[in-house]
Amino acid sequence: MVKIKNLTKRYRNIIAVNNLNLEIKKQEIFGFLGPNGAGKTTTIRILSTLTLPTSGHVYINGYDVVKNPIRVKKEIGVIHQTHNIDPELTGFENLIVHGLLFKMKISEIKRKTEELLELIDLKKDINRPAGKYSGGMRRRLIIARALLHSPNLLIMDEPTTGLDVYTRRKIWRLIKRIRNEGSTVFFTTHYIEEAEYLSDRVGIIDKGKLIALGSPVELINNFGKVAVDIEDFQGPRIEFFNTREDAAKFLSGIDKNAIVRTTNLEDVFIKLTGKRVNPKSDQREQ
Amino acid sequence: MKPLIAIVFREILILKRRFIKQLLSFSVSPLLFLITFGWGLRDKLSIKGLPYVVFILPGLIATSSMRQSFALSTEINISRFYWKTFDEIQSTPITDLSYTMGEVISGMIRGWLATLVIMVISLIFRVVIPINNILFILSVSLNAFIFSSMAIITSMVVKAHADQGMLNNFVITPMAFLCGTFFPLKHYPFWVRQIVYLLPLTHSTRAIRASVLGYPFPYYSLFYMVAFACISFIIAVRVIKKSKD
Repeated sequence: MVKIKNLTKRYRNIIAVNNLNLEIKKQEIFGFLGPNGAGKTTTIRILSTLTLPTSGHVYINGYDVVKNPIRVKKEIGVIHQTHNIDPELTGFENLIVHGLLFKMKISEIKRKTEELLELIDLKKDINRPAGKYSGGMRRRLIIARALLHSPNLLIMDEPTTGLDVYTRRKIWRLIKRIRNEGSTVFFTTHYIEEAEYLSDRVGIIDKGKLIALGSPVELINNFGKVAVDIEDFQGPRIEFFNTREDAAKFLSGIDKNAIVRTTNLEDVFIKLTGKRVNPKSDQREQ
Repeated sequence: MKPLIAIVFREILILKRRFIKQLLSFSVSPLLFLITFGWGLRDKLSIKGLPYVVFILPGLIATSSMRQSFALSTEINISRFYWKTFDEIQSTPITDLSYTMGEVISGMIRGWLATLVIMVISLIFRVVIPINNILFILSVSLNAFIFSSMAIITSMVVKAHADQGMLNNFVITPMAFLCGTFFPLKHYPFWVRQIVYLLPLTHSTRAIRASVLGYPFPYYSLFYMVAFACISFIIAVRVIKKSKD
């Protein structure tokens, strides 16, 4: 569905994306993780044809994003980081304008809107100005808008940022359902549990380079299924082991405070990048 | 064609929401000028044998339609920097040509609304502007087309919303005063006149004034406006294309 070959994007002296190679299969949910400024949004902008690559190629369903951007745009639905809806228009008017931009007939827009309203649970608010919607309602409207023209690939840049836990879970279920109905999903996130729950495969990018690729389970197993948090005079650190027995053997030989637990994707991320996925959650923990 | 219609439809929906506020804001400036020069100075001023209010009315139409068409740049800037809807539209399969044309038509609608407001206000001062005059329609439309295209160019060139205000202060406001809205250009020194003749508003003011007051129509001004409209539209399409860095 998506083929990225030797993709590089430079902004003067800064290399935002550095020789990225990646393939995403049809009906796959692919999570793209990385610290702030790692190159996630630039990659998404290139996939959405909003930014031109400096070198390399990107194909979506066989179409080159540089040579055939209009065709590519018909294949994709994009959910940007921001709540980019027209606040003066009602939810329904936002959808009509979007449908017309995709050359849909009014009757088709109405039919598809009816279908999507069930999915996004906005039926009774659809004729209110979108500027009066809550953050969660806006997000759901944006998802409906991105799905209106039935795209083969849904591209989402941090789809649940700023939403409460309940709405986030609701959107997760929606994303799974979208995939089950035949679409491919490419998304970035700052929430590690989101990536772990949703993704069939995860790619971790740092300083523009892809540094890890695989299913969450594969990535975790590469380091070890068991993690031991150790707190000593050097500060906190994590050691990884393949089995609990190996971890117990290691702990019997040391005299330090330690917690034994299952390794998660965040451990992998921190080990690879030296940073947390969501620096804000770091601040909260401190 | 549908994506172009979508851009215009979106503009019409927004105008519909703001209709009363928009009409009031379109009418404030011309109304003040007409009260000052129409009632305030009444018979004390005349140009070419015409009451001054009659002389400045076509100039006010040119200026007001210019301002309102150019105000499109503020809307595009807000959509780029604040609402981020510009990116959303650019993610859809609309061509740069269709997007630019859609925005230009939206700007022209604003320009024509401003013109219609002045035409209604002018009735208070017993001046009737002939709406059935094809040269008048053509001149106002070209004026709005030019400044809508320029609005797109400037909105893509500025790096922040605040810069847009600077452009209004340094380009649009001086043009409103220098291009023959309030007095004939023959009062200028020769070299100033040459500069002012390069500005599109000078030609639209001349063309609109001639069509309203029944003067011999300056076809060269019409050609100049057509040429300016074509060039500014081509540049507008190119800057939209370039916005994808």
